[in-house]
Amino acid sequence: MEVLFYTILTLCVLGILAAVILYFVAQKFKVEEDPRIDEVEKMLPGANCGGCGFAGCRGLSEALVKRDDISALFCPVGGGDTMKAVAAYLGKAAAEKEPQTATIRCGGTCEKRPRTNKFDGAKSCAVAASLYVGETGCAFGCLGYGDCADVCTFGAITINPTTGLPEVDPDKCTACGACVKACPKRVIELRKKWPKNRAVYVSCVSKDKGAAVMKACKAGCIGCGKCEKVCPFGAITVEGNLAYIDPAKCKLCRKCVNECPTGAIKLVGMEPLPKAPKAAPAAAPKAAAAAAAPKAVEGPATIALKASGTNPLMLLNAKKAVMESKADKSVEGAVVALKESGLKPLKYMR
Amino acid sequence: MANKLIVSPSPHVQSSQSTASIMRDVVIALMPALVVSVVVFGLNVLFVTALSVAACVLFEYLIQKFVVKGACTICNWSAVVTGVLLAFNLPATIPWWIVVIGAFVAIAVAKMTFGGLGKNPFNPALVGRVFLLIAYPVQMTSFPTVENPALDALSGATPLAAVKFGTDAGQLPMTDLLLGNMPGSLGEVAAVALLVGFVYLLWRKVITWHIPVTVLGTMAVFAFVVALTRGGDAAQLWQFPLFHVLAGGAMLGAIFMATDYATSPMTTKGCVIFAVGIGLITMCIRLWGAYPEGMSFAILIMNACVPLINKYVKPQRFGVK
Amino acid sequence: MKTFPMGGVHPQENKLSRAKAIEVLPLPEVVQIPLGQHIGAPATAKVAKGDKVLTGQLIAEATGFMSANIHSPISGTVQSVDMVENGQGLRQMMITIKREGDEWVETIDRSTELKRECTLESAAIIAKIKDAGIVGMGGATFPTHVKLSIPPGKKAECLIINGVECEPYLTSDHRTMLELGEEMLVGVEILMKAIGVDKAIVGIENNKPDAIAHLTELSKKFKGIVIEPLKVMYPQGGEKQLIAAVTGRQVPPPPALPIDVGAVVCNASTTYAVYRAVQKNMPLIERVVTLTGKGVKEPKNLLTRMGTPIQTLIDAAGGLPEDAGKVINGGPMMGRAMINLASPVTKGCSGITIMSGQDAERKEPGQCMKCAKCVSACPMGLEPYLLAKLAKKRQWEQMEAEMITSCIECGCCQSTCPAYLPLLDWVRLGKQTVMGLIRARMAAQAPKK
Repeated sequence: MEVLFYTILTLCVLGILAAVILYFVAQKFKVEEDPRIDEVEKMLPGANCGGCGFAGCRGLSEALVKRDDISALFCPVGGGDTMKAVAAYLGKAAAEKEPQTATIRCGGTCEKRPRTNKFDGAKSCAVAASLYVGETGCAFGCLGYGDCADVCTFGAITINPTTGLPEVDPDKCTACGACVKACPKRVIELRKKWPKNRAVYVSCVSKDKGAAVMKACKAGCIGCGKCEKVCPFGAITVEGNLAYIDPAKCKLCRKCVNECPTGAIKLVGMEPLPKAPKAAPAAAPKAAAAAAAPKAVEGPATIALKASGTNPLMLLNAKKAVMESKADKSVEGAVVALKESGLKPLKYMR
Repeated sequence: MANKLIVSPSPHVQSSQSTASIMRDVVIALMPALVVSVVVFGLNVLFVTALSVAACVLFEYLIQKFVVKGACTICNWSAVVTGVLLAFNLPATIPWWIVVIGAFVAIAVAKMTFGGLGKNPFNPALVGRVFLLIAYPVQMTSFPTVENPALDALSGATPLAAVKFGTDAGQLPMTDLLLGNMPGSLGEVAAVALLVGFVYLLWRKVITWHIPVTVLGTMAVFAFVVALTRGGDAAQLWQFPLFHVLAGGAMLGAIFMATDYATSPMTTKGCVIFAVGIGLITMCIRLWGAYPEGMSFAILIMNACVPLINKYVKPQRFGVK
Repeated sequence: MKTFPMGGVHPQENKLSRAKAIEVLPLPEVVQIPLGQHIGAPATAKVAKGDKVLTGQLIAEATGFMSANIHSPISGTVQSVDMVENGQGLRQMMITIKREGDEWVETIDRSTELKRECTLESAAIIAKIKDAGIVGMGGATFPTHVKLSIPPGKKAECLIINGVECEPYLTSDHRTMLELGEEMLVGVEILMKAIGVDKAIVGIENNKPDAIAHLTELSKKFKGIVIEPLKVMYPQGGEKQLIAAVTGRQVPPPPALPIDVGAVVCNASTTYAVYRAVQKNMPLIERVVTLTGKGVKEPKNLLTRMGTPIQTLIDAAGGLPEDAGKVINGGPMMGRAMINLASPVTKGCSGITIMSGQDAERKEPGQCMKCAKCVSACPMGLEPYLLAKLAKKRQWEQMEAEMITSCIECGCCQSTCPAYLPLLDWVRLGKQTVMGLIRARMAAQAPKK
């Protein structure tokens, strides 16, 4: 009985002693922290992707709570809704940003952009880019070793083995921007996310002159400026031989798509416009590639290009001629002449 | 130009050695010991070794094909090395099914679960051996008897066990230890044959001398100090250290197990620390532990320290004092 | 025999053209002269399309101190000053000149007789070297006048001449030392005067016994020049390795420079160019290029004008072999693979190595088995396996802590890896990124001060 008593007593004393020590230690080393930081962190998606510019969601939460003006802070993953919720909780004004998605601005598939040499180093875009121009003649386009896919924490980017190009799954993409930073060629851009993942964009970043682009790739932007002229909203600018569609001004009218001679303007999630008097909806690369499409609806550009084959000089001249051809008459003429002259389109064009 | 030019960053020269050639060299280096073992223990040695190798290779192949689903890795010979080393750590009379279990533990548990070659923290053959030692202590310590008058009193006991239980180390003829005329695991008995393998590995630049020499040196020094404190005659001072270096798995462990690439440190300095640790722990277990032999445990314990050593022991940087 | 203190490898030497005397390549019809063929700012073009130029005429002027002049290697008409693809297919500003005859700038002394005496002062010598546009011809292309201008507060104690040529295959320095040894030693004397030292050591690897014997004999005529045979070990030609091998002093990690241990290192071919610039007013318009490779019909050492298309050199050596896979500007350890054979010979191009057949292709990489061969091969005492792993994971800060900036990109790690891992590919990427981060950090700190 006595043993039991002393045991209990000792344990009680020890317990109280420990509690007292713990209390004072806790007081001494207490870290004052705004409890709202925890709350805000819970509201954030918790992906810790770093897309906001902080090391993780905790960093953004702290900044959101501590800063008075949070308009410069934005969680790309959570998007506007999350920011609104956080701002409402904190009683501050949130930044307004439209939802975005990563867009691969290169259409140089294996087929359209032939390989001219073989890269035998570590399979990394950054390694290849720091060494030389790349496996193709294009100095600007996608290298295809998948650095973007490697850094994507959401599994939204995969390299398509047949095209050799990355593909973004817009439903998985959170626009964190990791791929944009990882791409040594700056091919990826965060663009406005339209409903149903619709998009119109120039799928090329080459600032080369038309001739050089044509030599390296059949799907590149040659900076001809036709799209710029046709755009009713002034959304397209051509700078340094490269067209760019401003996502803020573009209304998805699709006029430029039909105008593009190389199919560099890509259309996603929508049907191309019906055949216009000037040109047919052949510019979308898929339609152009489809052999089933009747000759009549193919654009003059496509036909001239096809006829001229892979010879870059012929290709270029053919292109020039097509650009110069104005009315319906000449287009028709071109088609007929091409058919007649077989492999010598230049003769007629001149 | 007909063919496309190849482009890669420099250097454009690659090693004449390959993973497979290195592993093959280790197997070749183990062959003298195998031959001596066959002479000492009979043809059963070949059966155990072949079974162990076959089981290791088969397990690696199956796991790589059906579990990991990666490229076939058995061509790099590493499973063969594990198989031979495992067999070398078993008594020649071991039942066949224990060999297969040991091979399974070595390959499946100790190697492939961590991602295969180069990623295993512990030496696979030793993990297999220690597993068997704990699971089947009787079979693992029943060694075939060898005609040797000095050991007659305790038939089937290894020299280390004999010494542990009272025999004077000086009574055991050193020539027998060198040539392998004693009971023991099948690959550990012939010190001379193992040394031949060591020289071969050095010549082929597969390993450096640091780990083996430091392990054995540490053991010898430790034994010398112990002999000094125990008193006794002058002969003891050299017999005792020499006995510990030659007996048991010291040679096999120091030359072939401790030098395993994946489970030894990356820097020379780290290797020396690692090897000293192995020597000390081995001697502690041998002298004061429950087991007569401590090499396997010592290596495994030091294997566990390797990541720590790699983190804190950096090579001498150029230009830094 | 001396060598550097840690790491190193000994790849197959393959010095196929070691016994081939220097041959003069006929004048090229068209040359392309890149404006940036040295470390530092690219030169500024001084000619325009249609201009007539003479051989040796200044066509591009150094942009600031850390840059170098460029002279016309032929006489003729400037065809264009435009972006042209270089050997790696990247566009670079180049001056294209079409040859017409062979007219020289008058001040240049084209005679071959030796001119021993040099009465110029240090500053005048350095000015002449700067005017001649001389840069390090071993491959690093560091402007020589920058190297010779000792920063205030530092003192040069010893001049080291780099005759190591540790790269496999290449023999241009070897042949220069052998055939133009006396001129080179006069160049050494001039350099000693320029930096104010009375001691010079010529380091030569022991696989060139003929050059060692020849120069040792010649050096008896000169005061203060010692020929030092070195053990054959790559990368002994690396500046830091050579200093350590010759003097035993180790240059501390970057940003320290060789001058911090009192050494100035100059390549053997560069030293010969210095002789010609100072004694003969000859700008750097030609150099010896080794054209070599196992599949090459006739490996050669060619005295080539700058800007000559590399294809011309290949043709001179019997054409591109059937099974040629890789054409390397430089040697196989540090050279850059090329895709454009129309690209020109530049000041830093000591050789063209053609790899054929299986040699050209890398073997399939396996899995790292932690053999630590890369660690023991690293001449800078780094851990390449770890650095490569960190680079792959993009852990730049940790790479900086592991002293990635010390890496000299010699390739010992990768060439010794039995798993054929692309270690240096990753390490180099990490180094470039970390250097960029450091520069960004310094730029961010600078305005605050």
